[in-house]
Amino acid sequence: MSRDNPCRWSRRELLQALSAGSGLLLLHCGSQPPGERQAQRGAYDWNKHFWGYAVDTTRCIGCCACMRACRRENDVPLTYYRTWVERYRILKDDRVAVDVATNDEHIFSPVSGDVKKAFFVPKLCNHCSKSVCNQVCPVGASYYTRDGVVLVDTKWCIGCGYCVQACPYGTRYIRPADHVADKCTLCYHRITRGLLPACVEVCPTKARIFGDLKDPKDHLVTLLKQRRYRVLRPEMGTRPKCYYLGLEREVI
Amino acid sequence: MNFVFPNEPHVVWSVMIVLYPFMSGLVSGAFIVAAMYYVFRQEAFKPIARFALASTLVFLVFAPLPLLVHLGNPARGGNIMITPNFTSAKAGFGFIFSGFMLLVSMMAWFVFRKDLLERARGKGPLALISRLILLLDTRESEATRRADDRVLRILGGIGIPLAILLHGYVGFMFGSLKANPWWSTPLMFVIFVFSALVSGFAVITFHYFLVSWINRWKVDSGCVQALSRYLWGFMIVAVGLELLELMSIAYQQTAEWEVLRRLIEERLWISYVVLQFGLLALVPFLLLLTNTLLELPRRISRLLVWLAAAMLLLQVLVMRWNVVIGGQLLSKSFRGFTSYMPGLWEKEGLFVGVIIFTLPFLILYGFHKFVHLFPDDHQARPRDREA
Repeated sequence: MSRDNPCRWSRRELLQALSAGSGLLLLHCGSQPPGERQAQRGAYDWNKHFWGYAVDTTRCIGCCACMRACRRENDVPLTYYRTWVERYRILKDDRVAVDVATNDEHIFSPVSGDVKKAFFVPKLCNHCSKSVCNQVCPVGASYYTRDGVVLVDTKWCIGCGYCVQACPYGTRYIRPADHVADKCTLCYHRITRGLLPACVEVCPTKARIFGDLKDPKDHLVTLLKQRRYRVLRPEMGTRPKCYYLGLEREVI
Repeated sequence: MNFVFPNEPHVVWSVMIVLYPFMSGLVSGAFIVAAMYYVFRQEAFKPIARFALASTLVFLVFAPLPLLVHLGNPARGGNIMITPNFTSAKAGFGFIFSGFMLLVSMMAWFVFRKDLLERARGKGPLALISRLILLLDTRESEATRRADDRVLRILGGIGIPLAILLHGYVGFMFGSLKANPWWSTPLMFVIFVFSALVSGFAVITFHYFLVSWINRWKVDSGCVQALSRYLWGFMIVAVGLELLELMSIAYQQTAEWEVLRRLIEERLWISYVVLQFGLLALVPFLLLLTNTLLELPRRISRLLVWLAAAMLLLQVLVMRWNVVIGGQLLSKSFRGFTSYMPGLWEKEGLFVGVIIFTLPFLILYGFHKFVHLFPDDHQARPRDREA
């Protein structure tokens, strides 16, 4: 303590005490990243699988059973969507009309007009290998599992909405009940028990195909070997793992 | 033919996210005004240097508030510091903000040390608080004052790139989102930096006039002219860059321009074309041009600068609106637009926005009661004596 200073503590001593306190606080803050917290589910080993998804657009009939099943299975709030079916109508003057059955029953309204060509395209989270949503999540609540699924740790998400803005496919939303990011999980609670995602289970025409890309005998792997496919918005560089068979060029 | 993805009618970023870059821009801009004196030693800025630094501090304290109000789970806001995901542009916010807060607090400590010493010598709770802020060290001499000045200059020098980073990075947060063609441009970083400078100079100019008018103080002419010239220069660069970005996309006639053109024509005509580039950019430009080129009577000149500052402040606010809201109106399907109308009383509504924006000014008023925000001779110069 300086003799000139009437106070008991010198500035140096006070700053040293404050620095020690801050150091202890920082030690306390050191914590495991949230992404790796996904618990193993029983006998399921996530190292043995790498899940993929395909949509055969030539098979989809727009019944929207998948949308209803997803809503029931995952308790998706009304006016929000983990998956949806887009109806494309190419008109005779080459204009493109697109709509989604957003009514409560998810039934497309009948349309008339000079339609040259029409088809349906189911959409969902693309579970991209280089997902932008994971890249931008400031707290690491959005993460990529070892079996290839993009999930959200809803107990860690701060609800900033950055991932919603970053997803080029519009598949994310902020769940109104608990204000966290939500999206398709490929029904992770089902696939880790050997079941199919609800939307795949109910599809009457097998337009939605789910499989294990690590298994060379899997139907999805065979299909991707035999058929030509595309991914949505490849220019985004996100490497989507949702493959579209028979996709028209009008689809974005 | 309007089509948006079914989750897009829910606009996620609203008034609070418009306010957040606006307030963070005021922080950076006001800091540069203070640095004009403390770092570059421009004497013209001396009358408002303390005021600008205090403004930086109070805006900085309140800048994260809109972000916090916006968060779905504000109680988890600290996660951004506990488990930062460094691939995220947003993860750096906590660190850049904390670093800048520390630096500005230290600068304020050195600038207002003299005032605090005076208070500390007295008795009562204010004297005790002052002694605590002074870290219990109340010594003062010519040597300490010289040391304070030197440290202040060094801190200011470090603060300039930090201030640019603080706001430029907010622009980068938008500019790096490749999914949205309205946001995705490397120019966004630079545009945000210059618009921050405009808003900072504008708010200090506007507020300085207002405070002087209320207290019947004489406005320092040299200071006003310096402020108006910098304001004019920065607004030319900021608006020039905004126009350059638009013209470059328009001239390239890419597929994205088709939808962006529709966005401007159908959804943003009033806020973008009429307000951001028309009324609130062209008119202040002409006012500041007139003030710079012509020898106007002092009263008219001050009125022009005051009006221009107010309009440019609004221009930057409107620009933030057009960036944040405009980008979300555009569907990622590129086939249509959603709509958004801010609520008045909701959590992220206009009322809360006005309250949050007003709070720094109220705190600054309290600050003024505690320390001298303007030089002593300045405060003692009533306007009446001018005549």
